[in-house]
Order: sequence, then structure tokens, then C-alpha cells
Amino acid sequence: METKLESRVRQTRVILNSNYAAAYAVRDADVDVISAYPITPQTGVVEKLSEMIAEGELDAEMIHVESEHSALSAIIGASAVGARVFTATSSQGLEYMHEVLHIASGMRLPLVMAIATRALSAPISIWNDYSDLMNVRDTSWITFIASTAQEVYDSIIEAYMVSEDPRILLPSIVAYDGFWMSHTYEPLYIPEDRKTVLEMLPRRPRYTLDPDNPITMGSIVNPDWYYEIKYQQVEAMKEAYRVIREADAKIEENLGRVYKPVESYLAEDSEILVLTYGGIYGTLQTAVDLLRSEGLKVGALRLRLWRPFPARDLKTLVEDAKTLIVVDRAISYGASIEGPVALETIAALYREGLYPTIASFIAGIGGRPVSEDDFRDMVKKALELGERALKIGSIHWGVRGAEYE
Amino acid sequence: MSSIYRIRGVRDLPREELFAPGHGLCAGCTAGTVIRHLLKISGRNTIVVNATNCVEVSTTMYPYTSWRVPWIHVAFENAAAVASGIETALRVMARKGLIDPNKRINIVVLAGDGGTYDIGLQALSGMLERGHRVMYVLYDNEAYMNTGIQRSGSTPLHAWTTTTPVGKVLRGKMQPKKPIAEIVAAHRIPYVATANIAYPIDMDQKFLKGLQVEGPSFIHVLQPCPTGWRFDPRYGIEVGRLAVETAMWINWEITMGDFKVTVRVPKRKHVKHYLRIQGRFRDLSEEEIEEIQELINKEVERINRMAGEEVIGPLAE
Ligand SMILES: Cc1ncc(C[n+]2csc(CCOP(=O)(O)OP(=O)(O)O)c2C)c(N)n1
Ligand code: SF4
Ligand SMILES: [Mg+2]
Repeated sequence: METKLESRVRQTRVILNSNYAAAYAVRDADVDVISAYPITPQTGVVEKLSEMIAEGELDAEMIHVESEHSALSAIIGASAVGARVFTATSSQGLEYMHEVLHIASGMRLPLVMAIATRALSAPISIWNDYSDLMNVRDTSWITFIASTAQEVYDSIIEAYMVSEDPRILLPSIVAYDGFWMSHTYEPLYIPEDRKTVLEMLPRRPRYTLDPDNPITMGSIVNPDWYYEIKYQQVEAMKEAYRVIREADAKIEENLGRVYKPVESYLAEDSEILVLTYGGIYGTLQTAVDLLRSEGLKVGALRLRLWRPFPARDLKTLVEDAKTLIVVDRAISYGASIEGPVALETIAALYREGLYPTIASFIAGIGGRPVSEDDFRDMVKKALELGERALKIGSIHWGVRGAEYE
Repeated sequence: MSSIYRIRGVRDLPREELFAPGHGLCAGCTAGTVIRHLLKISGRNTIVVNATNCVEVSTTMYPYTSWRVPWIHVAFENAAAVASGIETALRVMARKGLIDPNKRINIVVLAGDGGTYDIGLQALSGMLERGHRVMYVLYDNEAYMNTGIQRSGSTPLHAWTTTTPVGKVLRGKMQPKKPIAEIVAAHRIPYVATANIAYPIDMDQKFLKGLQVEGPSFIHVLQPCPTGWRFDPRYGIEVGRLAVETAMWINWEITMGDFKVTVRVPKRKHVKHYLRIQGRFRDLSEEEIEEIQELINKEVERINRMAGEEVIGPLAE
């Protein structure tokens, strides 16, 4: 992300963690109905929103449901009658929603959800990784992965812009690192006057449950129709890429911040690129500086958009590199490459006709910190292994008991 | 709110049919009867939230629909949560001037026994506790019919289902029916009632009351199912009436905590009359029938105690 000093909209500097940044964006989007269930590390979002509602800063209602399954179901109901809605969760809560995630996208409702990512049980762990998010990969939710509190704020606004676009009508997730981001305070800029956000988010008509114009939503479909309906979803998800780029442009124009589906740092002349996602991008950039001072031509990439997957952007950035190292933060058990983003990246580059040397690392599982030194050592390990790296599958970094010659 | 305020007989019901013919419910299915009456009472200003069940799959085969009111189905266990969201959204949007604040829209859940007694109980309890203005209509056919007659928490003692066969060791369902309406009433909501399609005016009056209260209401309707209960499709109403006449089923209501039996039965018939016309009880022995009769006798005693008088009379035939 770059920030232009001048922006069309007057903004104030605030210090927030990513949970609170999400709550401020929801406030500024004038959301009508929120429903959520407490789970660490997401809880801060809903607590802040409750405060805002109690203080009259946001004219909305919070439905205090008895489960995440009901949280998502309740905002589906609210969205079906035309309300702007929001929920947030993590880990077990997201798993508990799983059934309803597919229904939300299948019903083409523009819901927005924040996810403070967290490891999955068992064993139970409240700390960060991205196993929860990666598990909902195929639910047809547009998915942003932010790396700063500023980006969390902007992405939530952007998510409403994209989800509510009549060409799309799919729900969106804005994910960020549990604890590393959800509980870390950072400075960010938010518009002084909420009206400017609302100008970017006009209320647009769509099909809703209205007694004056009755419709049937969520009907049963036989094999004659099901596939065509699902194919429309395939197309909407593809089309979302273009609409996201339009929304990126509007964010740039109004708020002065520039976002790309794949962010990069010193990538242009790099022979070695390291791709990751979420809050550890900052650490990776420091590691890149370190490696460059040692004379290695290394650059960093960050996947900001996970669904739809930005294959072309990745291609453009990776085109001139010899080695691509993907650092995942989730495990796909039993997969040929156990890092889910690595797996996807390999497929995307193959599709684009690009065959760099690739190494897949998995790190940061269950909240284990990933340092600059870790990144530096991963790069060195990848260079040492060369073509052999991928034969191993994914390299589980820093885990006791794993050995890779 | 519907345009009707009082129902003394069928003539007070509107002629307009908001449930269109041509649906795929089985011949003689009394769920259709429940829905027709329900929509006559609720009128056009109604949003229906349907859980996954027989009614959902039989009335909305894409690209057709039997519903002339807005209707939504999301999943099996969450109809109460979806309705909570709808009710809340309408309230907030009216307050914010996004929709007409003067229009009262009825929000009605339609769920089966499986979707209520079992998998949907948690969402239902949450909705009741939060006090949403939603009328929850449970149509009870005493099993998971949509998936082919499996036992639910509502299936009565010794009834045959595909998962509770009658054999040498196991004799149909081995547990009695769960008292769901009283579990709901324990949430202390404004209005809870039990009803039965064989007593349509009593049922319709209850729908009307349920829609008039300011919080949640719950109407538990016995819905005889020819396919699952194994009786001739022409006997649906007859089976419903026998359920009341034998006191296998009692029509009552609890209005703001006040309990009242709305259909009195001066003399009770023996339960064998109810059981014998249904194939699902075909294999029961005399002792098993007496065991069920004994359960009813106890229940009648309890109900009469609650009513403070003998609203259900002695066993006569
Ligand atoms: C989570 C989930 N589990 C199981 C099912 C399968 N299922 C669909 S309808 C149904 C039975 C519904 O029973 P009930 O609520 O009694 O309604 P009925 O079909 O008897 O009218 C079942 C088990 C489902 N749709 N969703
Ligand atoms: S199985 Fe029973 S409840 Fe279901 S449609 Fe047929 S008769 Fe009606
Ligand atoms: Mg049933």
C-alpha cells in the first residue's frame, strides 16, 4: 500500500488495532444490523460496535445470538429484506458457520464479515494462523487479506462497494492476523466526515423480501437448473476482480491510498521473490532489506486478494524472477503441497505458462512468531535446495521433529 | 396485520388464497391445510421463513412457487435466527426511514418437528429469549418426513419409523414425545398454543392471537401425515379429530402465563381408536397400547390439575 499525502477527503489520524479499525469502518458504512458471537481474538470488533451503538454513534442493532451459525443466519435474514449487515468471527466460530457460508453466497447476498484469523482445535489454541480462513476457500466469498489496520478499515469499505455492486452480489470476507493485528495498535487515517464514505456506498436497489412485490428466495432446484445457477456464481466471482479494481481506484481517488491485488516490495529487479499474506509482510520487507545488504536480489510479494485469485497480477510480478518462495500460514493435510497458497500459486503460474523454481514453506502455525531471521533462513534454504525444494512438498519451518536434508 | 379481527366460523375467513395450488405435497397432506389457513389469517403483509422440510421442497420447485407472499428458506436449523434478522432489520430500517415505518409486517416461521424439537431448538430458544416479534408455527408430523420417515424428538412412544423399526427387541420408538410447547412456554413468551387441523377455527383464532402479540408467539399444530403415519389420504382430518377425542393431543393456549384448554373433551375415547387407523402403530401388542393409554391418563390428570377443573373427561369407550 502506498499513501498519497493529498487526498480528496479530509482525514484524521487515529490509533487503533485492527479489530477497532474494522468497527470504525462498519460505523462509517452506516451498517443497519450486526450479529456476532464472542470468540477470541475477534471479540474486540463487536465490543467496539456495541459501544458505538450504545453511544448513538451508529444507528444499528446488534442481535445477540446464541451461536455463530445463528449470527450468519440472522444477517442473511436482515440482508434479505434490504439491510446493510455485518458479522465477525474467528476459528471455531467460522467453522461453526460453515454450512451457512455456502448458503449466503448461493443466495447472492452482499454480507460483509471480518475474520481475525486463528488456529483451529484440536489442540485448542487461541493464537494466530490462517487455517480457519483457508478452510472456507471454496465457499464463494470474496476474500481480502489485510496487512495493516489501515488496510482493514479501507478493505471493509471496499468490501461493501464490491459486494453490493449489482454485477456481483456476493458476500465478502476481510481477514487479518489474530493478535498480531487484531490486538496491535497502529496509526491510521479515517475520514473526518462519514458522509464521504457514504458517498462511496450509495444504497442500491436489489431483490428483497417485500410484501408489495413477493418473491421466493432459497427454493429447491433440480438438476435441470442447479448448475446454471452455480455457474452464474462462477462468473460473478470472476467479474468481481474488475469491480475490485474499480473500487481500488475509488479508494485511491477519495482516500489517497493505493491497493493492488498483489502488493510488492523491490520486486522489479528481483531474482528471488518471497510471497506471503497478512501481517507478517512488514517483517518480510525488513528481511528483504537484510538480504539485499548481503547482496542477494530479493523482493517481497503479498497476496491481498485471495478470492478471486489474482493469477495475472502474480504472473506479471513473477515473470522475471528465477525463484519463488511461498510462505504459507496454514496446512492442507495430505495435499501434494501442504501450503494452500503455494498450491494455488503453482496452479496459477502453470496456467499462465510460467515455471520458476518454487519452494513452499509453512510457518507461524498456532501463533509461533516468524522473524526476519526466519525469512532470511528460508530464502537461504530454498536457494540451497533449488529444484529439490518442491519435491519435498512443503517445508514445515522451525517445527521440532521435521528434517529436510 | 391481516384485515380480520375476529373469527367465529369459516365465513369470517377471506376467500383470497395466498397459497397457490399445484404444489407437490403428497395427496391428503394436511400441511397444505395448515398453510392455507395460516395465510388467510396473516394476509399479504407477511414474510414466511421456511426451514428445510417437506413443505419447503414441495412448494418451491424452481422455477415455480406456491407462495404469493415473500418467502425465504435458508437451512434446516436456523429459521428462528433468520426470522430474528428479518424482524430486527425491518425495525431498524423503519427507524432510519429506509422503509415505510407505518406498515406492520407479520414474520412467520414455518418449521417441522425435526427443525424445532431437535436441530432447530437452539436457534428457537435464542429467538424466544431475545423477544423478537415473530410467530413460530411448528407443523408436527412426528418424524423427519422429508428424508423418508425417521424418528425425531416428537415421534410418540412405540411409533414405527424407518429408524425405529418394530422388532423382537426394539418396539418402535422407545421414548415418549418431548413436551416442546411447554419447553417453549418456559421461556415466558406472550403466547403459546397447541392446535390441530381438525379444529380449524380454534387453530385460526390462535394464529390471529399469535400475530397480534408484541413479542414471540409459538403455535404447535398437529399435522397428520398419510405417507409417514400410514393411513389412507382421505382420513387426515379424521386422524386429527381422533387425536383430540382420545386426548392423545390436547388443544390449549397460554396467554401471558394463563393456561386454558380451548377444546374440551367431556368423554374420552380409548387411544386404540386413534392407533388402529394408522399403520405406524400396526404391530403394537395389547400391553403396548395400554402403556400408551396409561401415559395419556396421567397427562389428562396433569392437564386437568393445571386447568383447575375437569376439561378432559373420563375414558368412556
Ligand atoms: C444440517 C442438516 N441436516 C440434515 C438435513 C436433512 N434434512 C432435510 S429436511 C429433514 C427432515 C425435516 O424434518 P421435519 O423438520 O420434521 O419436517 P418434515 O420434513 O417432517 O415436514 C432432514 C433431516 C439438512 N437439510 N440439514
Ligand atoms: S410425507 Fe407427510 S408431511 Fe410430507 S408431504 Fe407427504 S403427507 Fe405431507
Ligand atoms: Mg416432521
